[in-house]
Amino acid sequence: MAIFDQAIRRLSLSLSLSRRRSSLSFSTLSSNPLRVCVVGAGPAGFYTAEKMLKAHHGAEVDIIDRLPTPFGLVRSGVAPDHPETKIVMNQFSKAAQHERCSFFGNFTLGSSVSLSELRELYHVVVLAYGAESDRALGIPGEYLSGIHSAREFVWWYNGHPDGKNLSPDLKSTDTAVILGQGNVALDAARILLQSTSVLATTDIASHALEALEQSSIRKVYLVGRRGPAQAACTAKELREVLGIKDLYIHINEVDLHKSPEDEEVLKNNRIHRRVYELLSKAATSAPSHPSSSQRELHFVFFRKPDRFLDSGEGSGRVAGVHFEKTVLKGAFLSINGVVVTALSHLLYVAQHLNRTVGPGKQIAVGTGSYEYLDCGLVLKSIGYKSLPVDGLPFDHEKGVVPNIKGRVLAETSGDPTQLEKGLYVCGWLKRGPTGIIATNLYCAEETVASISEDVHQGEIAPTSTFPKPGRQGLLQLLDNRDVRAVPFSAWEKIDSEERRLGNLRSKPREKLTTYENLLKVATE
Amino acid sequence: MSRSRLFSRIGAGIVKELSRGQCTAFYRTSFIQRPYSARWQPQVELHPETKGHQGTISQKHRQFSSTATGSDSADGSDLNEMISVAFVDKDGEETDIKVPIGMSMLEAAHENDIELEGKDYNAIFLDQHISFLVDYNWVLCFCTGACEGSLACSTCHVIVTDMEYYNKLEDPTDEENDMLDLAFGLTETSRLGCQVIAKPELNGMRIALPAATRNFAVDGYVPKPH
Ligand code: FES
Repeated sequence: MAIFDQAIRRLSLSLSLSRRRSSLSFSTLSSNPLRVCVVGAGPAGFYTAEKMLKAHHGAEVDIIDRLPTPFGLVRSGVAPDHPETKIVMNQFSKAAQHERCSFFGNFTLGSSVSLSELRELYHVVVLAYGAESDRALGIPGEYLSGIHSAREFVWWYNGHPDGKNLSPDLKSTDTAVILGQGNVALDAARILLQSTSVLATTDIASHALEALEQSSIRKVYLVGRRGPAQAACTAKELREVLGIKDLYIHINEVDLHKSPEDEEVLKNNRIHRRVYELLSKAATSAPSHPSSSQRELHFVFFRKPDRFLDSGEGSGRVAGVHFEKTVLKGAFLSINGVVVTALSHLLYVAQHLNRTVGPGKQIAVGTGSYEYLDCGLVLKSIGYKSLPVDGLPFDHEKGVVPNIKGRVLAETSGDPTQLEKGLYVCGWLKRGPTGIIATNLYCAEETVASISEDVHQGEIAPTSTFPKPGRQGLLQLLDNRDVRAVPFSAWEKIDSEERRLGNLRSKPREKLTTYENLLKVATE
Repeated sequence: MSRSRLFSRIGAGIVKELSRGQCTAFYRTSFIQRPYSARWQPQVELHPETKGHQGTISQKHRQFSSTATGSDSADGSDLNEMISVAFVDKDGEETDIKVPIGMSMLEAAHENDIELEGKDYNAIFLDQHISFLVDYNWVLCFCTGACEGSLACSTCHVIVTDMEYYNKLEDPTDEENDMLDLAFGLTETSRLGCQVIAKPELNGMRIALPAATRNFAVDGYVPKPH
């Protein structure tokens, strides 16, 4: 079998050589290539690697990750019932299998290897390790049990090895409150409300499926600070959750009332317009009461959480959320038109600096009137947060690495033009935790264009006169420290084992959810 | 088996491979084991996760092959019927290609090595001292829509340059519109390349890649904010 495989590979190799690769391929195996290390094997990392390989004919690109498995949030973020979104793994795998590209997982920047060491080893280091922490609300009761970040919940149902132990209690309550109305919030709501027979056909982690099968949650509240015209989700995700079979949807019709500012937002922003239309259609077509067996999804607008309530008796468990009602302030009339208030003018400018499209944000401000919602589970879906590593300039307020088009700005110099040579960022670490997978395509394109410019202008020392040890040096260093990196071929073993296990249960894949199991299969 | 022993086994494999020879030997080994160009590999298998959508994909292929091979075509007159479509790149340069009836513009772009996603770097920078060249072979590897035509990304976004042709297309479905919502540089005549299927009425259509639209005006179309 192995021999046969090899023969096929050789055959396809010679075909690819004779028909496509031409003589260029061998000349690419230069002895002093531009050595590039991409930290983080998610979409931003893979798109960066892909574009680097393509733009720099001689470059050797290593993608490293703290997990033994590649693909970042495509594996542990994209919902299990969105298999089509995960197809992009095919494209990323092809990049990882490229002759000048390698993937090494299972070791962490900051502990196994420091940033300054990486910069010594490689000509170019691109940090694309995303955002693995959460924004906090900073309100009383936030750390009661039964309150989780949506990120943890998503990791849990997607079988992330750091998410298995979350074990959210789904059995002692019938009500969950999700704070936030973005796509992650909608994913979480869908997983809680979807029939488990549907979920059973996906690659959802089996521990999550079991817990959901026994879940007593019948009601989910999706709570947002602003209104239906400002909802942060996209039409695709909204359409899906609204389309769940036998689900009662509740939207307060008064919330759908449009202010002139809302009209302006909807006129200028296609996503908001289509989301609003879906919401208002759902509001008008829903029956006035749920039938007794129906699960319920309530969209709650214009509320901001004020504090969490304890169930009493010192249990430390959440029993409800106290909300303050809000109104929107700081609107302006048009993206190109008249600006109504000074505040909105600032917002307008800020928006443009951030290059975000569409009219600016109206801010939700408290009205001083309050409301209380009973619940036994809270998921906070208010945004991810990136974490810095030693030696990396970091803007703690924005949660990003200060950069110009992906070039990392030196922190201490006080000179805004002073750059960290050879150090770049891409993805969430560069622009904050927003956008879809494809956003990283453009993000990577920008970072790679910056690298290309710097190489061209000699900002990055010529590789022939200043060779760097690159991959070999890194693996040697890790070996000296008894840290064991896992190559892409190990992922291929994990991948086929997961598919095999999935096959037995009529699932596309049964994820291995512990480091032990992942590494065991990786070494087989 | 203890975790540390597992670690050392994996690590040993890599180091062994490295110490066996020069660096180059290592690269070459990995090249032989993992040829890159999927086009010449045995058919790349779709992830089983795509099962639910394979229906859509294969349906499209079936539609295409039945017309192209003419196997069930009564008179055989559709045999190999092609239309001509011009792809306009970011510099406004046009490439005329022949597209068989039933084939999507995404597939047609693949077949003709036209890159739909993003800009390309053809010969932007050239510096011999640092062996920095553009690898043209790569272009064909990256004209893949990220979701391979299953309506879950927006990387196959194209712009029909002529309103008249745009109107000949069937209206986008809700699902296509959901993805178009997220497309970079959306225009009023934007479509997803994987959803635009060649048919006789489209003969002579021009299609622009999003980056190209910055430089040229779309016929009969006034840009509007979205
Ligand atoms: S290829 Fe993904 S939507 Fe067309």
